[in-house]
Amino acid sequence: MLELIVISTLNGVLFGMLLFLLSSGLTVIFSMMGVLNFAHASFYMLGAFFGYQLTKWIGFWPALVLAPLLVGAVGMAVERYGLRNTHKHGHVAELLLTFGLAFAIEEIVSMIWGKSPVDYRVPAALDFPAFTIFSTNYPAYKIFMLAISVLIFIALLIVLKRTRVGLIVEAALTHPHMVGHLGHNVGQVFMLVFGVGSALAGLAGVIAGPALVTQSDMAALLGPILFVVIVFGGLGSLPGAFIASLFIGLVQTFAVALNGSLASTFGPLDPSIGPSVLSDIWNVTIAQIAPVLPYVLLVVILIVRPMGLLGTRET
Amino acid sequence: MLEVRDLHAYYGKSHILQGVDLSISAGEVVSLLGRNGVGRSTTVKAIMGEVPPQGTIRFKGQDIAGLPSHKIARLGLGYVPEHRDIFPGLTVRQNLLLGIKNTRRPGKWRLQDMLDMFPNLAARADTPAGVLSGGEKQMLTTCRTLMGDPELIMIDEPTEGLAPLIVHQVGDLIAHIAKAGVAILLVEQKLSIALRISHRVYIMGHGRIVFEGTPDELKANEAIRKEWLEV
Repeated sequence: MLELIVISTLNGVLFGMLLFLLSSGLTVIFSMMGVLNFAHASFYMLGAFFGYQLTKWIGFWPALVLAPLLVGAVGMAVERYGLRNTHKHGHVAELLLTFGLAFAIEEIVSMIWGKSPVDYRVPAALDFPAFTIFSTNYPAYKIFMLAISVLIFIALLIVLKRTRVGLIVEAALTHPHMVGHLGHNVGQVFMLVFGVGSALAGLAGVIAGPALVTQSDMAALLGPILFVVIVFGGLGSLPGAFIASLFIGLVQTFAVALNGSLASTFGPLDPSIGPSVLSDIWNVTIAQIAPVLPYVLLVVILIVRPMGLLGTRET
Repeated sequence: MLEVRDLHAYYGKSHILQGVDLSISAGEVVSLLGRNGVGRSTTVKAIMGEVPPQGTIRFKGQDIAGLPSHKIARLGLGYVPEHRDIFPGLTVRQNLLLGIKNTRRPGKWRLQDMLDMFPNLAARADTPAGVLSGGEKQMLTTCRTLMGDPELIMIDEPTEGLAPLIVHQVGDLIAHIAKAGVAILLVEQKLSIALRISHRVYIMGHGRIVFEGTPDELKANEAIRKEWLEV
């Protein structure tokens, strides 16, 4: 049991930090521009495929740097030539643009790399067990992923809290017009933030690709969870996104790991005299309900606290 | 310095500004008076590019109609909006620092001068600006815009919702700005400050200027005050 707790905590924190790489960008973009970027998870997928392709051509380490930069450039272009032009037609047009973009990216990716998983592997230099707890070998690559995510988290914090650009970004979160009236080029800041947000999503893709499955449906799989995270944490709140990412990461990991059924958990309450439909539900394992848990959380938080954990506005 | 000719602006289909003409010379203090909803704020917003303007707006000889607001601001036109848009999560000091447009070329207003002028702000320099009182927020937004070294500052309804004592302090601040040689366009509803510090006043009604004159001329003209200002 202790082994399961330690390993699941590690995995959960890792998944949570990966989610944060994505949700941080998404939530900042949302509160600055008022656009819920449906294509955000697609940038994550682009990161994974760019990472895969560049690894084949020039090796993993250059790819680790180059692929996120490429994704960031794609993001900046989307902001500059797509969103900025649709902005005057209102948020619905912008939303539809990102929605269409998500599908377009998915189709383009499967046209180029096919629909089945590509062979994107953990680099040989990191393909060894980092340590052994109890009987489990914990892979070094996962530790590497964790280290990268934590590093990025710290870098993001320093840039946002300690630099002038960070101040301008934070001010533009609540009052973009006022920031413009003070003589700062808000459009440029938007493009930069969109670029950095996309690059972070891309980075998450590059490092998650080898550990998970790099496939053209990976954006569609992760996207919904991402929205749960930012709504749960409170739209526009970075600390909220951080807490929610870790929380959802841990909840999902633990739910999958705990292989007990409801029956074994609530044994004494067993309604054995009930109809068979009920007993079917009673025997569902926690692992089976794991995928649905984030959405249940979403519904609960929207009912109990519509602005999310640390949000300031209603979703 | 600022010349506005035949300015029109629309919110959706409603025609808010219907040909506004006004001008302000360097160092001049001008008030724009009128009842709620006659288009005073919209005039200022149209000048700053926040509402799309139609017509001619020239600042220091350059046509600025429709430029993005950061470019207008960088030409030396400062704007303090009516809702005192402070950045609530940032500290008072950070708010003031964001007013600076160019960190390499300091202007004539220093952070320390602002804090010396307002001991209340100095005492809270490192607390989030969201907790300030209405009057303190007004001082902060005005000082923040001054940090950008404007040659003309447009201040929209600075005394709205403030206690009489604070209103007087706001008046002192505006007089202080004027004394430093900065031109001022003051949008107001109350006559007290406007008459105290203005060189000239404009009165707006139904989207255009209906009166232009000195404070003394306005004081003498009861008919105009009755028709366009008094409720």
